[in-house]
Amino acid sequence: MAQSSESPFARRALNLVRLGFNELTVPVLAVVTALVVGGLVMLVAGGDPLLAYLGLWEGAFGDAKAISETFVWATPYIFAGLAVALAFKGGLFNIGAEGQLAMGAVVAAWIGYALPGVLKIELPAFIHIPLAVLGGAFAGGIWGAIPGWLKAKTGAHEVINTIMMNYIILLIASFLLNGPMKDPNPLNVIARTPSIAESARVPRLLPDLRVHWGFVFALGVVVLVWWLLYKTTVGFEIRTVGTNPNAGQYAGMNVAWITVLTMGLSGALAGLAGTIEVTALNYRHELSFSLGYGFDAITVALLGKTHPVGVALAAILMGAMRNGATRMQFLTQVPVDIVSVIQSLILLFVAADVIVRFLFRIRTPKQGDAMMTRGWS
Amino acid sequence: MSLPRFAFILLTVGAIIATAVVIGGAQLPAALILVSMIRTTLQVATPLTLGALSGVYCERAGVVNIAIEGMMLLSAFFGFVASIYTNQAIAGTEITPTSTALSLIVGVTVAILIGGLSGAFHAALSVTFRVNQIISGTVINILAIGLTGYLNRQLFFQGQVPHAPGVLPTIHIPVLADLPVFGKIFEQQLIAITAIVLVVLTHFVLFHTPWGLRTRAVGEHPRAADTVGINVFKMRYANTIIGGMIAGLAGAYFTLESVPSFEPLMTNGRGFISLAAMIFGGWTPFGAWAASLVFGAAQALQINAQGFGIPVPSQFVGMLPYILTMIALTGIVGKTSAPAADGIAYEKTGG
Repeated sequence: MAQSSESPFARRALNLVRLGFNELTVPVLAVVTALVVGGLVMLVAGGDPLLAYLGLWEGAFGDAKAISETFVWATPYIFAGLAVALAFKGGLFNIGAEGQLAMGAVVAAWIGYALPGVLKIELPAFIHIPLAVLGGAFAGGIWGAIPGWLKAKTGAHEVINTIMMNYIILLIASFLLNGPMKDPNPLNVIARTPSIAESARVPRLLPDLRVHWGFVFALGVVVLVWWLLYKTTVGFEIRTVGTNPNAGQYAGMNVAWITVLTMGLSGALAGLAGTIEVTALNYRHELSFSLGYGFDAITVALLGKTHPVGVALAAILMGAMRNGATRMQFLTQVPVDIVSVIQSLILLFVAADVIVRFLFRIRTPKQGDAMMTRGWS
Repeated sequence: MSLPRFAFILLTVGAIIATAVVIGGAQLPAALILVSMIRTTLQVATPLTLGALSGVYCERAGVVNIAIEGMMLLSAFFGFVASIYTNQAIAGTEITPTSTALSLIVGVTVAILIGGLSGAFHAALSVTFRVNQIISGTVINILAIGLTGYLNRQLFFQGQVPHAPGVLPTIHIPVLADLPVFGKIFEQQLIAITAIVLVVLTHFVLFHTPWGLRTRAVGEHPRAADTVGINVFKMRYANTIIGGMIAGLAGAYFTLESVPSFEPLMTNGRGFISLAAMIFGGWTPFGAWAASLVFGAAQALQINAQGFGIPVPSQFVGMLPYILTMIALTGIVGKTSAPAADGIAYEKTGG
């Protein structure tokens, strides 16, 4: 008797393990292939790949400080990766994570340094921190919802609109950080905001390391997004519209609203990436805006197979590579940029999994996942 | 390309240039500003025009090319490197007129070849392996940023990049360039002039040759094209490679025509703007050119704004093209549509 009540559980657990293993095969092999090809690139350009990868590993996981820094790097990747992944689930391609992130950072910084003065009250941390975080998320959400709304109402493609909005927010931020929001300190010559108030700063996890509660919060949001996507009606609607908008329409779903909502949520997640960088790490917003973040997030989302847990794992891997790269450059003089090369190769082998499947003779499974946006209509 | 949209585009270009004339009129003669604005507009619109034409070739054949940015960056870098090494091989550390000419020829050729190569790569991924074309383009974009950044630091000591031997010569168009006052407009560098020639040529090829007809057929209805014996894969490969080569020429503009040096990320989003210009211009060569001029004019205004003492912060002038693109995409000013099979991989069915 005991056996029969146990075996379904055992079977489920076994199935879960097998599923996890199957799902992991291609991403893991993609990373391995990318590292090998990246090593070849280094060899051709006159570097020592083995020493470089040793330095990369040491820099990423060598000691407690290294691991702490890896988690610090991984935090924005988790949020931005979730943002892109959520949009993918809804059949939308959000290349605007970069802009939504900047929007979140600007607003969170303003709430952090200026709001108490404007309201003329002292805000306690338990109010000020959530206010800054939610404000940043909301701002990112608006910045994401606009292209969603334009797509729903006029059919304008979100890829172009999110790219355009990246540049628009870059210019707005450049104006604000050089003008009204510029740090008034006479010694300051760069485009940055003043420091945020102590009460708006997210505390660190451990005394001597930079890893902060924002990382824990990010892991919490991973669970939240998973719950939203797979355990709620809204999540079901997002995934249905993403797989087949016509089916959603026939089932009585409001496709236009779901499109706006998906982009809004995606933007809010990206906004959180910027918000947490401001409130938990830099304590201000600086205009060191590179068009790399939004693209990195695409790699993270696809490497994680657009599943929240996969995204978290991929984000930690990306964070480890970015973090370890500095140590690698110090040890071997191989420029940190090699990490971008490896990243693009990872994206290549994950996206064109035909190549990996061919190289390692893996069978192609039946298709059945969300249809991604293609073309312009 | 709908007429209202075309009129809207030309009016916008006129309005931007008129703004410059009105604002700067207090300090400089109107004719001088007009000439300077038109000349700068044509210059800075060059990579955008070429990028947009690159998109027209690819997308008319049904391949979305979001990789124009990456193709430009790769070509800019490798064309530049090629010109430096050629000059070194010929004249060592010296720079002679012969070595300059030869290294520029080699540089531009390499840039075009690298563009063609990345076009072939894009085609292989999206036509043969049927990877989502936007993702395939993203792969090339990220690869371009990483590879050029990495090699730039690895090849040149700590990113201390040497200067290329020179930039492409300015062509003095006979008769037109001799006109009083307005003659300056017709003194343009080589790639700027080539870009305009290519606009006309592309229009002719697309709409007046069998090749163009086949290209458009493959982009609109590949199955029908296939049944009448057009090789869908071949046409898509060929047009994506041509598009890549034109993007490569745009890349050469950055390091061999505009300035004789390379810096990481120097294309600075111009590839994405070209993509927007192509859509703005309704997937037609002349439309794409006109739209590129809007972006060019806005950039020219931004460049000249400081000299005229325009009260609006330059960032807001710079925003104009992006906002205009978003407005154009809503379809308020004349609806256009993409080729029907744009972005969809073609699969031959058995039997």
